[in-house]
Amino acid sequence: MNKVQNNRAWWLILPMLLLVAFSAIIPLMTVVNYSVQDVFDANTRFFTGAEWFKEMLNDPELHAAVLRQFAFSLTVLAIEVPLGIGIALLMPKKGWQASAVLILVTMPLLIPWNVVGSIWQIFTRGDIGLMGWSLRELGYGYNITASPVDAWVTIILMDVWHWTPLIALLCYSGLRSIPDAYYQAARIDRASKWAVFRFIQLPKLTNVLVIGVLLRFMHSFMIYAEPFVLTGGGPGSSTTFLSQSLTTMAIGQQDLGPSAAFSLIYFLIILLVSWVFYTAIMNMQKDNKKEGEA
Amino acid sequence: MTDTIPTTPEAVRKSAAAADARRRRKARPASRQWRRRGLMAAYIVFVLLPIYWLLNMSFQSNTEILGGLTLWPETFTLEHYAKIFTDSNWYMGYVNSITYVLMNMAITIVVALPAAYAFSRYQFIGDKHLFFWLLTNLMAPPAVFLLPYFQLYYTVGLFDTHIAVALAHCLFNIPLAVWILEGFMSGVPKEIDETAFIDGYSFPKFFVKIFIPMISSGIGVTLFFLFMFSWVELLLASTLTATDAQPIASVMTQTKGASGIDWGTLAAAGTLTILPGIVVVYFVRHHIAKGFALGRT
Amino acid sequence: MEWMVWTTPTAIFFSVIAAMLAGMTAWEVTSPSLERKGFLPIATTRGDRLFIGLLSTAYIHLMVVGFTPLSLWLALGISILWMLILMRWG
Repeated sequence: MNKVQNNRAWWLILPMLLLVAFSAIIPLMTVVNYSVQDVFDANTRFFTGAEWFKEMLNDPELHAAVLRQFAFSLTVLAIEVPLGIGIALLMPKKGWQASAVLILVTMPLLIPWNVVGSIWQIFTRGDIGLMGWSLRELGYGYNITASPVDAWVTIILMDVWHWTPLIALLCYSGLRSIPDAYYQAARIDRASKWAVFRFIQLPKLTNVLVIGVLLRFMHSFMIYAEPFVLTGGGPGSSTTFLSQSLTTMAIGQQDLGPSAAFSLIYFLIILLVSWVFYTAIMNMQKDNKKEGEA
Repeated sequence: MTDTIPTTPEAVRKSAAAADARRRRKARPASRQWRRRGLMAAYIVFVLLPIYWLLNMSFQSNTEILGGLTLWPETFTLEHYAKIFTDSNWYMGYVNSITYVLMNMAITIVVALPAAYAFSRYQFIGDKHLFFWLLTNLMAPPAVFLLPYFQLYYTVGLFDTHIAVALAHCLFNIPLAVWILEGFMSGVPKEIDETAFIDGYSFPKFFVKIFIPMISSGIGVTLFFLFMFSWVELLLASTLTATDAQPIASVMTQTKGASGIDWGTLAAAGTLTILPGIVVVYFVRHHIAKGFALGRT
Repeated sequence: MEWMVWTTPTAIFFSVIAAMLAGMTAWEVTSPSLERKGFLPIATTRGDRLFIGLLSTAYIHLMVVGFTPLSLWLALGISILWMLILMRWG
């Protein structure tokens, strides 16, 4: 669509801008101010320059947390995206079953994040949890408080349980927008199931998948409440992700300066990743449009 | 394949073989149908099992929970629910959560609608950068803003009020709403706006009377997402409140007592947090099929 | 404002950013920029280049602070030079 050049559109944006700026810019400025000082309280503070940044960038624990974070985010994306597409293809399309399945599948998305942690805590405990108890009965010494591998697998399983529905619903909705005529044409051509998926369904899914991947990447990157409740970041610090390191430092230890410096580094990582993503999407859409016109 | 009746034995055999093959071809999709249903059922069991376990525990007494594993409540009890509904500390948690979620939804949709309209219809200085900046807020981890938020809301005297949490959740909900609504609005042909203006509608009247009804399913889906992200967020909500506006999620941490965790009450409280979500999905279930693609297919 | 614990350097930093944004807006109003292709792999407008410049500047500073014993002033010098190159030929 050709948009009209009109700078008065700013008036429509203004209320939204003021609200978001209040919530985003003032706190961000404060974080920047914290990051260059050693703050005890508003009257007792010392200028430290870039010291905190130097310290944070060379902190081995944070390096480990960043690596763990990327490993986690990429793993859950690699599982949830294909699984979500698969489920979307399997979901019934009509009738009461369609509604029922939709509601059941959506359920995990609407549970508060710390309750998700509690559900899985109850589910996986060795003494009272169905999954933990069953695995022990089967002879596997399942223990998320002692074995990092068990803790990791459980957290990934929990995230898959929690977030695959988002991808599935997005894809389901993308699939519904394909006209029946496409499928009929494919049937006349005797196209295989795979060909239908590859050349009809997948192209239609690209747009929604981009949204899904973007949302999933962002949320997995700031995951906090679920692992905090389930494993508390342990055993050791094997499941301590970025948000948790940050929160422990800021709230637990009251280290305003270092945690602010760390926040800014964290924010810059996210800014870069999301900018690359966003630019890629925008260019993709531009190319699509050009192809459509040609 | 012909419609004429076969006359020679050879032709009869041929047509019988063809009918057989047809039957077999029809039979294969049926078995495939069952495999599809089986896989779907397996996934639904995977989704429901942890929730069933929570439900199961919420109906058991603590002695039964700790006494040994039982697959269903042997002595069915409602004591945990009774506790939640009689203790104001507990049930006010739900009231508080729902209050700030509704406030947030109202604030967000009111400011996001005109903004999304501007992004979908006009070009103006800095539009692309503004849009990207909005999206970065969607990506900013609440953990980054925790301390300044506390300070900010404390200073302006909003600490421990519902409106504080509602405003804080605007940080990620407004960008999300603008993003989703922009997609839906771009799907509405611009000729509609132009015709309405020619017909003498003023902008506000056109917006409320014509435009909003046209994207109602988009607004429904947006509200669903707003509810979802405000309802499930805990970190900001619990940091910005102490007692008067405490969300249910942070009341739940009280179940950790001196004598260990009160599993039954925790499970009952958890079960109750799932219910509002189910109600909301039930209302938007017809929009999900079309609307979840956020107008971008 | 006391709780925001302002310092002179951060105040200067934000003033410079604000001035840049105001300047870019004014420039855009007087002579709107066109998207063009420079040495960057994507077509960019003036505003895009400013953003890319600021982001890479932040990373340059982090690298210098974190992993070299060099002075921050040097990082600032490099960054300004880089910004100019980017705005002109990017």
